[in-house]
Amino acid sequence: MPIQYYIFLALALFTIGIVGVLTRRNAIIIFMCVELMLNATNLLLVAFSKMHHGLAYASDKASLVGIDGQLFVFFIMVVAAAEVSVGLAIIVMMYRNTHSVDINFLNRLKN
Amino acid sequence: MGIVQILFWFLTALALVSALMVLLSKNPVFSVLWLIAVFFAISGHYILLNAQFLAIVNMIVYAGAIMVLFLFVIMLMNLNKETEPQKNIWMKIAGAVSGGCLLMVLISLVKQANEMTGKTALMKDGNIGLIGNLGKALFSDFVVPFEISSVLFLSAMVGAVVIGKK
Repeated sequence: MPIQYYIFLALALFTIGIVGVLTRRNAIIIFMCVELMLNATNLLLVAFSKMHHGLAYASDKASLVGIDGQLFVFFIMVVAAAEVSVGLAIIVMMYRNTHSVDINFLNRLKN
Repeated sequence: MGIVQILFWFLTALALVSALMVLLSKNPVFSVLWLIAVFFAISGHYILLNAQFLAIVNMIVYAGAIMVLFLFVIMLMNLNKETEPQKNIWMKIAGAVSGGCLLMVLISLVKQANEMTGKTALMKDGNIGLIGNLGKALFSDFVVPFEISSVLFLSAMVGAVVIGKK
């Protein structure tokens, strides 16, 4: 498939994530939209890695060009898992203090 | 249109519709379920690109572990009802318009880029996505980031326990 289709799909998913962060007030849904943006980036990295691999594959069938992109996706997944564990702990703590997950309750932090 | 094209468009439509439903559904439990559908569609894209290891890891880690963690938190806090207070309608319109402007700017930028025209992603050939090649690269070239990520996991685990116990 042309690489532009993958770029457009990843851009659409990323923008949906951004709109979700901007418009929703539930902290958990905002967190899920961040996950959506990370997944859009992962998809684009895999597509680009296959694009570079395709150029080298035409001349050498056993080349490993482009494997770095897929390992970056692996590390992004590692960081996302760590981020989710800490972020959900913070949301649980916030719910214990304010009995809500509405982010507008957090504007008392500004004083 | 071959089977690869049909699967590509089907998975693309599934991913976009599910991602929109994550935003539009009022109940957080339904949002989580739609997000699982997005992750399965993205795993299908990985399989189409012959990135088999990442497809399986995406399904296990994201759809299996992270989403179950989200569901546990939502159900522990008893949030599975439509309790979200309504934001100002103008704020929603402003968010949607600004996101749409960003999407249009980025799409026009990509359409103009000469580097991207005529390039294709190798669909079902190529062996860089297989677990043997990825493992060899991970434990030879990327062994230091791998160890550092284990330290990151340890600190995240300690941090989650410390924050959760307070």
